Amino acid sequence: MIASPHAVILKQVQHDGLACAAFAIFLATATPVFADSSLPPAPLAYTQLPDPRQEAKAAALMHSLRCLVCQGQSIADSDAEMAGDMRALVRQKIAAGESPDDIRDWLVARYGKWVSYDPPLDAMTAPLWIAPLLLLGIGGWVAYGRFRKHR
Amino acid sequence: MKRFVLWAPLLVFLIFLGVFVTGLIKPESSTIRSHLLGHPLPEFKLAPGVPTQPGVATADFKDGKPKLLNVFASWCVPCAAEAPQLEQLAKTGVTIHAVAIRDRPEDIVDFLKRYGNPYIRIGSDPTSSVQIGIGSSGVPETFVIDGKGIIRYQHIGDIRAENIPTLLSELEKAR
Repeated sequence: MIASPHAVILKQVQHDGLACAAFAIFLATATPVFADSSLPPAPLAYTQLPDPRQEAKAAALMHSLRCLVCQGQSIADSDAEMAGDMRALVRQKIAAGESPDDIRDWLVARYGKWVSYDPPLDAMTAPLWIAPLLLLGIGGWVAYGRFRKHR
Repeated sequence: MKRFVLWAPLLVFLIFLGVFVTGLIKPESSTIRSHLLGHPLPEFKLAPGVPTQPGVATADFKDGKPKLLNVFASWCVPCAAEAPQLEQLAKTGVTIHAVAIRDRPEDIVDFLKRYGNPYIRIGSDPTSSVQIGIGSSGVPETFVIDGKGIIRYQHIGDIRAENIPTLLSELEKAR
């Protein structure tokens, strides 16, 4: 019988207290916080739509929607089960003829603007658009002052 | 003015450093609340999750009495942790309907056998569609639904003993 990789590691580290502690930490941190189910992914999670035009629309949208469990990734990039379910949902809705903007609004109504990587221009996000212009202006002003002095 | 211009870059650098360090020490909160509080439960009709109990639909929440909607899964560890608290709520007369996320009947049966069954109705949601529909972003989550089917409160994560009074008072408020 072949020993499992975990059992082999355990035997090796038993000789060394520090490594044993490290292994304990590894075990503790390796426990998944979001366990996975045993169901296969939703049919449209990893399958493209037959119509390339629809698939292109769905793909563009999926790249700009945030995965709810991994949070730093878009649902197009994530392998999380819920991201797969969200991709399937997006493809179903696109196939049913819904527009990408409507689907985004549908998700924003449930999870807030947080779920979208394409924030609208409003009072909350205005600084993001204005600040670079403002900084560029200040930079230009400082540079102008410097160049004039050296002349 | 000249002195200020000289020190401004350092000041800006320190502000950035402060922002980055706080971001590193205290990362952004990761709980995403449903934005459907105060809105009606979306329309859905789920097939039974176990052979011995009925499935669940939006209509089941419109009989005039407030209820709990528990989003759970047999593969979810915190769901096992909250089972005694749900049991306790059920014993005090609270109606709890459940949506089982990405689950198989035999696994749900096994889970209920091990941890108790506080549910009246259990719907099976194999593609998380109802979960996404109500703005839930994980398991377990528990929603207080009033007698007209309006979502009144959302509890994210497992229910601990100290959360029971809050849930009971939210149920009372939803009456």
